[in-house]
Amino acid sequence: MSIMEIIGGIFIIVGSLFLFLGALGIFRMPDVYNRLQAGTKATTLGAMSLILGVGFLEPSWIIKSLIIIIFIAYSNPLSSHALARAMYKRGHLPLIKGGYKKSMDAYSEVVKQTKEEEKS
Amino acid sequence: MTYIIYIALILMAVGMIFAAIRFVKGPTAGDRAVALDTITTIGVAGLVLLAYMFQRFVYVDVALVYAVLGFIGVIVIARYLEGAL
Repeated sequence: MSIMEIIGGIFIIVGSLFLFLGALGIFRMPDVYNRLQAGTKATTLGAMSLILGVGFLEPSWIIKSLIIIIFIAYSNPLSSHALARAMYKRGHLPLIKGGYKKSMDAYSEVVKQTKEEEKS
Repeated sequence: MTYIIYIALILMAVGMIFAAIRFVKGPTAGDRAVALDTITTIGVAGLVLLAYMFQRFVYVDVALVYAVLGFIGVIVIARYLEGAL
């Protein structure tokens, strides 16, 4: 085994472990926002690491691997933010210790103002 | 090196099964959209790994197109849930 194969294998193992942990967080977490947090950040890091590992193993594919990495790095947080915004505007409150409380909802005034501005 | 690829594929398959369980029984529509996003990302990584395993460069292009289509699908679902469509 050459040094490039060892580096690529380490990247692939780390990436697949992060992908598995992200999917486990999707299965275990109690709330929509917790599931977004677990399922998007860990999955982004896992996919980037695994594709970089494949780029180390096969050095002639590195350009297209970098294109996929850059696309994942900007598209995954964007879709996560859009989903969180949609669920917040539908009225799902975040789960805080002791139940679904409105007391830490700091943006409710802002949402009311934007809805009134959209109506007028 | 073959064993490392097998271990990575088994881990990703188990993770995809967990996300699919959440996709089936998720209480709200947002949970299902999050599970779909996770399944898409795991599928992109799995396609790149399978391209190295079979030594076919074409599968990397397939992974790129699948990433673009999954991103557009999740954005459209989010806009629909928000009520903007």
